Amino acid sequence: MAVCIAVIAKENYPLYIRSTPTENELKFHYMVHTSLDVVDEKISAMGKALVDQRELYLGLLYPTEDYKLCRYGYVTNSKVKFVMVVDSSNTALRDNEIRSMFRKLHNSYTDVMCNPFYNPGDRIQSRAFDNMVTSMMIQVC
Amino acid sequence: MEAAAAAAAAAAAAAAAGGGCGSGPPPLLLSEGEQQCYSELFARCAGAAGGGPGSGPPEAARVAPGTATAAAGPVADLFRASQLPAETLHQITELCGAKRVGYFGPTQFYIALKLIAAAQSGLPVRIESIKCELPLPRFMMSKNDGEIRFGNPAELHGTKVQIPYLTTEKNSFKRMDDEDKQQETQSPTMSPLASPPSSPPHYQRVPLSHGYSKLRSSAEQMHPAPYEARQPLVQPEGSSSGGPGTKPLRHQASLIRSFSVERELQDNSSYPDEPWRITEEQREYYVNQFRSLQPDPSSFISGSVAKNFFTKSKLSIPELSYIWELSDADCDGALTLPEFCAAFHLIVARKNGYPLPEGLPPTLQPEYLQAAFPKPKWDCQLFDSYSESLPANQQPRDLNRMETSVKDMADLPVPNQDVTSDDKQALKSTINEALPKDVSEDPATPKDSNSLKARPRSRSYSSTSIEEAMKRGEDPPTPPPRPQKTHSRASSLDLNKVFQPSVPATKSGLLPPPPALPPRPCPSQSEQVSEAELLPQLSRAPSQAAESSPAKKDVLYSQPPSKPIRRKFRPENQATENQEPSTAASGPASAATMKPHPTVQKQSSKQKKAIQTAIRKNKEANAVLARLNSELQQQLKEVHQERIALENQLEQLRPVTVL
Repeated sequence: MAVCIAVIAKENYPLYIRSTPTENELKFHYMVHTSLDVVDEKISAMGKALVDQRELYLGLLYPTEDYKLCRYGYVTNSKVKFVMVVDSSNTALRDNEIRSMFRKLHNSYTDVMCNPFYNPGDRIQSRAFDNMVTSMMIQVC
Repeated sequence: MEAAAAAAAAAAAAAAAGGGCGSGPPPLLLSEGEQQCYSELFARCAGAAGGGPGSGPPEAARVAPGTATAAAGPVADLFRASQLPAETLHQITELCGAKRVGYFGPTQFYIALKLIAAAQSGLPVRIESIKCELPLPRFMMSKNDGEIRFGNPAELHGTKVQIPYLTTEKNSFKRMDDEDKQQETQSPTMSPLASPPSSPPHYQRVPLSHGYSKLRSSAEQMHPAPYEARQPLVQPEGSSSGGPGTKPLRHQASLIRSFSVERELQDNSSYPDEPWRITEEQREYYVNQFRSLQPDPSSFISGSVAKNFFTKSKLSIPELSYIWELSDADCDGALTLPEFCAAFHLIVARKNGYPLPEGLPPTLQPEYLQAAFPKPKWDCQLFDSYSESLPANQQPRDLNRMETSVKDMADLPVPNQDVTSDDKQALKSTINEALPKDVSEDPATPKDSNSLKARPRSRSYSSTSIEEAMKRGEDPPTPPPRPQKTHSRASSLDLNKVFQPSVPATKSGLLPPPPALPPRPCPSQSEQVSEAELLPQLSRAPSQAAESSPAKKDVLYSQPPSKPIRRKFRPENQATENQEPSTAASGPASAATMKPHPTVQKQSSKQKKAIQTAIRKNKEANAVLARLNSELQQQLKEVHQERIALENQLEQLRPVTVL
């Protein structure tokens, strides 16, 4: 189940970051921050080809010594990044499940953007988005 | 008034209950609902008693709660209505201490009620049993049409009953008043639910045909009757317990209720959240506003247009954002007509003080709105007739509250004139005025939309200062003007003049016309003479050449060219002299040889002359250039020296940082 979900803007500041409150949230913030470097690296490596050919889902970002927590990345075409830290202790989540979670995130993010009262670059305060993230953090476990 | 009385009585009763804990019965902790219920009952019992000390008008109960007592008669009636066996009732009265003190004060009364509730729930009648949470006591009143029950919502036998508010009284007052206002603007037959939809479980529609008449005391009969028939008001006065005076009132209420029932049956009767129902005139208003923004009722309003429009309502942006989230069901960034109506209605409700719901209420969902209001106009005779009965029932209290709320919204812009065309009472028109719109402001919206469109655009290009500086990057500063071609030091030497003539000179081989040469008297002779006299005139030539030649270096070189010149002059001067002696000397010898070659030598000598002239000129220019070159070299050396000096200075001045 996802223990931390973060939405990072193009300029690499967080638009939305939420983690299960059981653990130290600072640790998750730090993990997301370090994984941004990996995401950027992956983007630039693929960046030589056209943007269309670049896939949005980045997959497992990098292997860590901590086998419990895996970080997955996803980049949209507007360089908005989603980083998800997943606790894989219960069940080994398949790639498809992670992809579907990211797809849901992307759809919710699009809905937030459709709101004309939302200024791009603001923190995301949409209740619908919150609910969706909550469901994702609880559900997949 | 009753509300205030009940509230005060409840508050006082709690205090009294706390105060009376020292004697006998243990302290009684009542929940809000229980407090209200008990206070109502107590007030009724006290009020219905008619006379007696402290049991008169409810004001007395409010003023001196400690001394209020409920007369035994109504209390006994009430207890009997609870349908408990007589001995239980006796036990209860004993336990609550009424027998001991001899009367039913508030403390005793409340304890008794709680014990009744306990007994009805099946618990033994003990003091301990009242400590736990109990449902409200139920009292069956056999009089009047229908049964009137106070009870839990769980105990529905097909009838839905009203539950007292579980919210604080203040809020409930406010909401009730807002609800009153809201109700007045809406159709009178909207089913009753005054509570905000956030607490739907507490409220259900009350079918008016059943015996739940919230008739107030005689002072306020007319006003609330239609309302109470439809609204669960805070001060449930209750029911039928009054005297016979309430009978005709009830009859009237039942008549009105029957009307409302008819209306209700026509409505969709499965939605309990009434503040979220859009009335006809509201609907018309919304549709008109929609048309002002977008002439075609079946197409969309874009997000930015809607944003400008709703921003005028002066709600905060997060709230507007949330309202948008609720109302834009398909999340496409645009509002269709039903979505727009829903959003507008939510804004109106929010302005009136209702908290926003967690989810879109069913009455505001687009499908429902489209189904319920297929046509923009919906004539209804009953609506009109019913609404006209409202003005008579309005209370000054409600008007006051409405005015205050209108004043709250006074900062909103001037009303839309279209809506005031309807001939409802003035109250509704004030509500419409308070609604935030103005047709005259629409011309402003395009400008606003432009400016607002610009605003999100600029934010999306959230560029840092560095980027901006880069974008507006200046060109590198223009280099200092290059030095003129003319040299400051060699100003005497005008290179242009020198170069220009040299160019045509080199090309054409002609210098500016040399001084006219005196014609040669005899080319052949001159040549021979020149060759012959070359040597003897060498000694003379240097001095002459020195004078004539401009270049020092080319003295020797210039001698030959000058020789012919000089020799020309000399020979010309002396030509005659030399020629005469030479000719005289070698006349006979050379005359013969010179004669056959006069023409050929003349031509070649002329050519030679021209060539020599050109050579001379070139050499002159060459000399000039050489001199110039030397001077420039000199200047270069000097500039180099200056530069070295400056660099030395710079080195000395620069702080020692480089290691």
